[in-house]
Amino acid sequence: MELAAAKMIGAGLACFALAGAGIGIGLVFGSFLQGALRNPGAAAGQTANMFLGFALCEATGLFGLVVAFMILFM
Amino acid sequence: MAMNPMEQFEVRPLIDHPLFSIGGHPIYFTNQALFMCVVVAAISLFLTLAMSRGRLVPSRGQSLAEASYDFVANMINSTMGHDGLAFFPFIFTIFMFVLFCNFFGLIPYTFTVTSQIAVTFALASVVILTMVITGFMKHGLRFLTLFVPKAPWYLLVLLVPIEVISFLTRPVSLSVRLFANMLAGHTLLAVFAGFVILLGAAGGILSVLSIAPLLLIVAIFALEMLVAFLQAYVFAILTCIYLNEALHLHDQH
Repeated sequence: MELAAAKMIGAGLACFALAGAGIGIGLVFGSFLQGALRNPGAAAGQTANMFLGFALCEATGLFGLVVAFMILFM
Repeated sequence: MAMNPMEQFEVRPLIDHPLFSIGGHPIYFTNQALFMCVVVAAISLFLTLAMSRGRLVPSRGQSLAEASYDFVANMINSTMGHDGLAFFPFIFTIFMFVLFCNFFGLIPYTFTVTSQIAVTFALASVVILTMVITGFMKHGLRFLTLFVPKAPWYLLVLLVPIEVISFLTRPVSLSVRLFANMLAGHTLLAVFAGFVILLGAAGGILSVLSIAPLLLIVAIFALEMLVAFLQAYVFAILTCIYLNEALHLHDQH
């Protein structure tokens, strides 16, 4: 029973990865908007890079989710 | 009425008898294999049918096929330069396969092939093996200078192990990124669908409240469409970036 409880706590702790992903995604879009409002002409060419950054950031949070699933189900 | 949100990722054989066995390990025809066949058939049908009557003024299907061709060609040109176009068939195949797998998985009652780590890791290892083989074929042993950045020697003591480790984690991060995105998205949809059913069955005022998670599912589904495309794009562009390193080592194209 203690092992099951420890697994639950561990899986919960693994979700702290989401904090980093949240900060990262906020920085990606915030910085993009800052740059885009200063130089709107160059903004359109950089949306692909922005989405690339967003996807890479989001993935790091999901790595935490994978760790949580591994703790729970393996 | 508790449902397991992970149930949708279960791989089960569709035919009870194994097709054949490799080294005593039986190989079944599973729902995953079925959906991979469906995806490959759908891509082939779409591309051949759309381009069969090549018209100067394209129809809707033809312009979609041409747009996907243009998209990948531009991606290769901007990351690898002109000599990267030799890899166009490889990258186009990977991009279309991942894209169609992701989008087919969004249809209800289908199986998401890319939510299996076995599939994504196989794709990622093919990419990394291609990169290593191209690198050694083009540069010989000079390919190993990929691990030695331009830096003074006392920094290299630190940097070379870091470069080697970052190279070794590439197939893992490439495959886990795609797999985790698909897994997380579909689990989230299933969890919220469970909320709708639980609230709806509760009766009274709670049944009315079940509209809230339902609306949220619609919003998450829209986000999942974006993620499905984005992950295919990210997988393809990272393949381009890795192959560019193998082709040009440290110099830009």
